[in-house]
Amino acid sequence: MTRLTVGQTTHDIASPSGRRLSEVLRDELGLKSVKVGCDAGDCGACTVLVDGAQICACLTPVAQVDGSTVETLETAEPDLSKRLQAAFLDQGAAQCGICTPGMMMAAMELLRANPTPARAQVEAALAGVLCRCTGYAKIVDAVAGLAPRTARANGHAVGVPLRRLDGQAKVDGSEVFGADAGPPDALLVRAVRSPHFHADFTFGDIRTWTKDHGVTTVLTADDIPGENRFGVIPPLADQPALAEKTARFLGEPVALLVGEATVIEPLDLASFPVTWNPKPHAITEADGPDAPRLHDARPGNELIKGRVATGDPDTALANSAFIAEAGFQTSYVEHAYIEPEAGVAWMEDDTLVIHACTQAPVMDRDDTANILGLSKDKVRIVPTAAGGGFGAKLDLSVQPLIGLAAMVTGQPCRMVFTRNESMRASTKRHPGTMRARIGADEDGRVTAMTFDGDFNTGAYASWGPTVATRVPVHASGPYRTPNYRAEARAIHTNGPTAGAFRGFGVPQAAIMQELLYDDLAAQCGLDRLEFRRRNAFRNGDTTPSGQVLASVGMIECLDALEPHWRRALEDAARHPGGSTRRGVGIASCWYGCGNTALPNPSTIRIGITPEGRLCLHQGATDIGQGANTVIAQIAADALGLPVETFDLIGPDTGVTPDCGKTSASRQTFITGRAAEAAGKALRAAILRQTNFSDDALLSLDACRLTASENGQTQTIELGPANGAGYALMAEETYDPPTTALDENGQGTPYALYGFGAQIAEVEVDMTLGTTRVLKMTAAHDVGRAINPLLAEGQIEGGIAQGLGLALMEEFLPGQTENLHDYLIPTVGDMPEITSILIEKPDPEGPMGAKGLGEHVLIPTAPAILNAIRHATGARLTKAPALPHRVLATIRETEFDAYSATKSDTDFGTVPASETGRTP
Amino acid sequence: MQNSKDTYIRPATLEEALQHLEKEPFSVAAGCTDLLPATERKVLPGPVLDISAIASLRGITAGPDGVTIGATTTWSDLRTADLPPAFNGLRQAAAEVGALQIQNRGTIAGNLCNASPAADGVPPLLTLDAEVELASKAGTRRLPIGDFIVGPRQTARLTDELVTAIHIPARATNGTGNFLKLGARKYLVISIAMAAARIELTDGIVTDAALALGACGPVATRLPEAEAALTGAPLDPRRITDDHLAPHLSPIDDMRADADYRRAAALELIRRTVDQPVESRAA
Repeated sequence: MTRLTVGQTTHDIASPSGRRLSEVLRDELGLKSVKVGCDAGDCGACTVLVDGAQICACLTPVAQVDGSTVETLETAEPDLSKRLQAAFLDQGAAQCGICTPGMMMAAMELLRANPTPARAQVEAALAGVLCRCTGYAKIVDAVAGLAPRTARANGHAVGVPLRRLDGQAKVDGSEVFGADAGPPDALLVRAVRSPHFHADFTFGDIRTWTKDHGVTTVLTADDIPGENRFGVIPPLADQPALAEKTARFLGEPVALLVGEATVIEPLDLASFPVTWNPKPHAITEADGPDAPRLHDARPGNELIKGRVATGDPDTALANSAFIAEAGFQTSYVEHAYIEPEAGVAWMEDDTLVIHACTQAPVMDRDDTANILGLSKDKVRIVPTAAGGGFGAKLDLSVQPLIGLAAMVTGQPCRMVFTRNESMRASTKRHPGTMRARIGADEDGRVTAMTFDGDFNTGAYASWGPTVATRVPVHASGPYRTPNYRAEARAIHTNGPTAGAFRGFGVPQAAIMQELLYDDLAAQCGLDRLEFRRRNAFRNGDTTPSGQVLASVGMIECLDALEPHWRRALEDAARHPGGSTRRGVGIASCWYGCGNTALPNPSTIRIGITPEGRLCLHQGATDIGQGANTVIAQIAADALGLPVETFDLIGPDTGVTPDCGKTSASRQTFITGRAAEAAGKALRAAILRQTNFSDDALLSLDACRLTASENGQTQTIELGPANGAGYALMAEETYDPPTTALDENGQGTPYALYGFGAQIAEVEVDMTLGTTRVLKMTAAHDVGRAINPLLAEGQIEGGIAQGLGLALMEEFLPGQTENLHDYLIPTVGDMPEITSILIEKPDPEGPMGAKGLGEHVLIPTAPAILNAIRHATGARLTKAPALPHRVLATIRETEFDAYSATKSDTDFGTVPASETGRTP
Repeated sequence: MQNSKDTYIRPATLEEALQHLEKEPFSVAAGCTDLLPATERKVLPGPVLDISAIASLRGITAGPDGVTIGATTTWSDLRTADLPPAFNGLRQAAAEVGALQIQNRGTIAGNLCNASPAADGVPPLLTLDAEVELASKAGTRRLPIGDFIVGPRQTARLTDELVTAIHIPARATNGTGNFLKLGARKYLVISIAMAAARIELTDGIVTDAALALGACGPVATRLPEAEAALTGAPLDPRRITDDHLAPHLSPIDDMRADADYRRAAALELIRRTVDQPVESRAA
């Protein structure tokens, strides 16, 4: 028996002495602010205070806190806790919220000892808690006690840095994530997964094993009542919920064990009766085409090929004054959200209800229904808060598995992936092997580009087709390229399935293109920013897909960066040298918002009940990016009522219309347009009951709806409820106008694009090859900043992920399936970030707004890699730029010749073999 | 009683702990910062002997024979302890183990018993000529740390023994210590390579040098040739060459770096570790 004090209460704990304190606090004491992200002390999400000192509750056997006082966010001293909660809200320091409780507990230990800490002290105190969303800066600001960044809406909500509307639950620890949902006595589901990259398998005597181990039931592919196949692009759906006869990747599930948690949790899965017969396999895009075929209908293991072509690039290149050419290789990158996949399912009459973390509730519903042989209206998906997503929670994870278990047992069933399971089973960023040539004329104008990329799409299709189509559309970068041919192939391997990850392949392609732009600037004798400005898209320019651009803020972004660029170059030149060198790099981005050349509508419903309650049915899942707040801000101004009068009815396929998936930087744009339309429609419906013009002011006060104009006020009668429960209601759909692409990729793939550029300043250790990013300056054209603070949060978080992509993140299948071998940036790795929001309204966007979520990551890695090169001369051809790669490249580079003439226009370190003036 | 997976014993005295160990092998638990990450279970697999309640095993004491660090002394204890400059490297290592959560729980004896080639505590302890004290019902013995860690994840501890303390002999408490850790990110990082040094200067001449490298082979190692090269001359890191290190390096290619890089980094790190302000005393 362990006795511990939590808050003012002493508890006698009956759990086994060796049970993790995190489990005891969550399960026995209901203190669910204690999050479990890794069970290994790597992420710090479970940070609590024991006798005032921060520890990882997951690494502490409960017996070791016998006689101690434990503090969690729910139970910590109220004054300090409230102050920190307000500070986190006022700085925009919580995005998804999964790391927030751990961050706050670590901060409390510091603030008690030092109420006015310096930034470095804050960083040291928070160093043990990982955040994947924010880039840390706003968290450090909050703990350091900076002045609030938020403001209240005053007449208008759009453009105001409101506190996030769903923020309070994130900062007080009451937010319900996937592992926090459902009844405590739900049955537990665990998966038996393939220990091989590729293997046939047969089951032994499952029935006896089930009985011997006290397991309630074991489920395999044979138990799946519907079609055992899913995929985000229906014609290419190829992934079984549970593998049949053959496992195609390491960690593919083959069986489910369902039963009481006390039985299932301790099971040694190695005892499960399954025989594996390993088969040959490939895990790289280079080996994929010659490996045994993964899917019968896909010869050469080619899933799909995308192509965009215009003009005559071969002739144009041959006639170009300057040509740059190179290859570049990127690695598998793990999303590494701090919340592993989790959820709970149960039957309500004949409807299967699933609460789980997701980015795509309606797609989850449709695929789960199909797998389980249910009609769509018999599956209800209620997204929990998602503790980060970044693309990988677009694909099904636990949904069909817990759904099947709940259907078969008739009891609530829950499943929480371990960190290892999450990293094995979830999708990754596609590794890319790319090669490109770009030409320029004597004046430094780009003449032509060819691009060829093989992308490792892993075992199943997932979002591979999207990567293969997005990359050729975007590989030119946001630059005029009159002659162009880009091809991208998605190649199956037995590596982890590569899917959607913030940018869908465009970040990889941008590294390739921006590297060559530095080559060309050097050859042309132009400043690197000037070379980019000379070629940047402007209004009315035509993309390689033949689309004429309506609203391009590229020049504005580069102009805004210019003074920072000059200052950064001067700073780098002034650096005394010694064992380190400083460098500056620049790169740009463009990114089409919404699905590529496919319909992707969103529908928003707004209603006022007979009692005067204003409800916004907001089906865009907020995975931390801020849709709950931004969509409400747009709806509020379109309707003309204050944003705080809205009740948000969250994503729930039972009660919210379809807002599509949270991906493709589409929610602010597409769901925003639907919200704008629904707000305006409801406004019109209200004003029709008056004789006022559209200039009338609406008011909803104490459930009384009034309109007023010219000193006259009229109360709006709220009649009886319609079928949806509303006296007044509007429901509007917006689907962006796009067209299909022809065989040369010509058409209108997106209705609008966002643009941006970033400068990286780095310091490289010349003998150890380590890189420190000192500063990032980012300018992004967002059309209209609906909530500037949330936009800034997106930029900082995107830069953090881009920095990881550039410098440290390399997922090696079978090797780095935890958060100590797979490294993501910590608070100490982040540079100072200056964000500049450019607002060049797009006529298609809601109030001019464009998407931003993915754009922000794209320029970061190429800017950093170009800065490393500027500092050292090392022209890397593989990411991440781990110290050993940087040092090897430095040593291969003829550095002396370069360093003698270091200035920006003399940026001439390109090996002669790679580039040169054509004859 | 037969011990099982569920057995968890947390004695209050060393005597009691040794009695248990005499009867049967246990998984010895202290800070659990290595034991719990090694399992996906929600309960630490047993049989467990938890020594964290034995008060006599924790703390730092100085005496005429040197300094004794109790087995369950945490990294935070070390980081904040008032110790002579010879311990600067050990304290620096303590400040770079994981982050505060780990430093507040992880123990020095646990770091040694886990015997990772990348254990942060080992190189500085090597430069302090540390000895490991082992106790059993049969008595106690001391082993130099280099004899205690015999391979990756292997130690000389017998199943009935408990590491009770680390001793730093008085002769090794002179001079100034230093430690450098190389990783691909700032915090929470497993070393690509690391170096520790303890240098004693007399009238500007190196009179004692202790150097060690970690994560550059199956076990951390002292560098006697490099130590000899420094000794008897003014402090000059460039006196250390690849040749001095070569016999002691057997780095591997792994996910963090390749072997060639580790060789190059080892030389640079050890030179930088030596290249520090060292107070010279008069003879």
